[in-house]
Amino acid sequence: MADKLLNWNEVLIGATIKDPGNSKNYETGSWRVEKPIWNPDTCINCMFCWVYCPDSAIKVDEKGNMAGIDYDHCKGCGICVEQCPSKPKSLAMILEANAKNKTEEDLRKELFSK
Amino acid sequence: MAFLNEVAKKKEGLVNGHRLCPGCTHSIIVRQIMAAAETEKYDIVAASATGCFEVSTGLYPYTSWNIPWIHNAFENVASTISGVEAMYKALKKKGKIDKDIRFIAIASDGGTYDIGLQALSGAIERGHRFLYICNDNNAYQNTGNQRSGATPFAANTTTSPNGSVIHGKTQSQKDIMSILEGHHMKYLAQASPSNWRDLMNKVKTALDVDGPTYINIIEPCTTGWGFPPDQAINMAQLAVDTCVWPIYEVVEGKVKINYKPKTKLPVEEYLKPQKRFAHIFKKGNEGLLEEFQAQIDRRWNWLLKREESGIGY
Repeated sequence: MADKLLNWNEVLIGATIKDPGNSKNYETGSWRVEKPIWNPDTCINCMFCWVYCPDSAIKVDEKGNMAGIDYDHCKGCGICVEQCPSKPKSLAMILEANAKNKTEEDLRKELFSK
Repeated sequence: MAFLNEVAKKKEGLVNGHRLCPGCTHSIIVRQIMAAAETEKYDIVAASATGCFEVSTGLYPYTSWNIPWIHNAFENVASTISGVEAMYKALKKKGKIDKDIRFIAIASDGGTYDIGLQALSGAIERGHRFLYICNDNNAYQNTGNQRSGATPFAANTTTSPNGSVIHGKTQSQKDIMSILEGHHMKYLAQASPSNWRDLMNKVKTALDVDGPTYINIIEPCTTGWGFPPDQAINMAQLAVDTCVWPIYEVVEGKVKINYKPKTKLPVEEYLKPQKRFAHIFKKGNEGLLEEFQAQIDRRWNWLLKREESGIGY
């Protein structure tokens, strides 16, 4: 757990939580078995991955375009890969075990060079 | 710029870090709802009934909600949001609040079809201005897949198991849309997360109606239905294309079907990838499949006829 537990006299009435959206501090990335890798070269910024991501793990830049994947929260369900409409697909899954100790650049080459 | 790029730039109403299963469509639906509902015109206040969604987004001391949100109990989300709305009206009358606030209640099928039905019926009858969303995942998935009023015919659940004599649930799904239509609401709709644009439009339309509104949304459940997590959106799309989950709206009694599949797929396409229907395809159970198809066809034809007649009230 990221935060210290509250004392009895610090808990608000009705168990109200005063910081909205504080579950951001809880990282669910460790649940992942497979890891999605993004290829910006073929991405068409349609944002289908964003609208279908259950974990808000698609990063968005100030223009509203795709800016990468938030690996701290991505649970690796693979919906983004399944729904990616670009040809060839701009996202691909790889087993976490096979992605260990490799940089994102290497993984991109491995998955998208064919 | 494309519509989704505009939407993606906004602040999210539901943030990550919630403990839903990988590939759960609950959060996809609520993210789409929030993307449509959050505008500069009004603020949103939400309430949730007990269910998968409540236990995984409001796990004390964490909350995934970026907007004011309240949870009370399983059966009374509609009553809770009625109270919040009544207080808002009173404060507005006294001039203590000048913001425009809209209210959304979110529940799953257990909290809508069965346990929460009388609270929902009461709140609609009293005419509170709120949008009620039901994320229908076809069973009590939070406690481990027990049958509910929303479980379809022949589905295998822990309390309607497939055995040697009885094969899954013997009753068919409750038609909640018709039950709620009996309240003569101004706006009711059925939607699917696979058709996000349609879902977002429905949320916007519903929030602009002065009175109670209802949207029923299919929510494929990867663990309860038994399909791989990455297929979640495809399952919702198949439900729409096989007419198991018709996408339509009822505006003052008039039915409008928003999406008619070009070729209506046979229900096998939807049932085959799901483990809960595996027994239907075993030898000797052909009758179940025919019965399932017949039920779906009856309902679909009834809807088509209602749309054609164009009768409202």
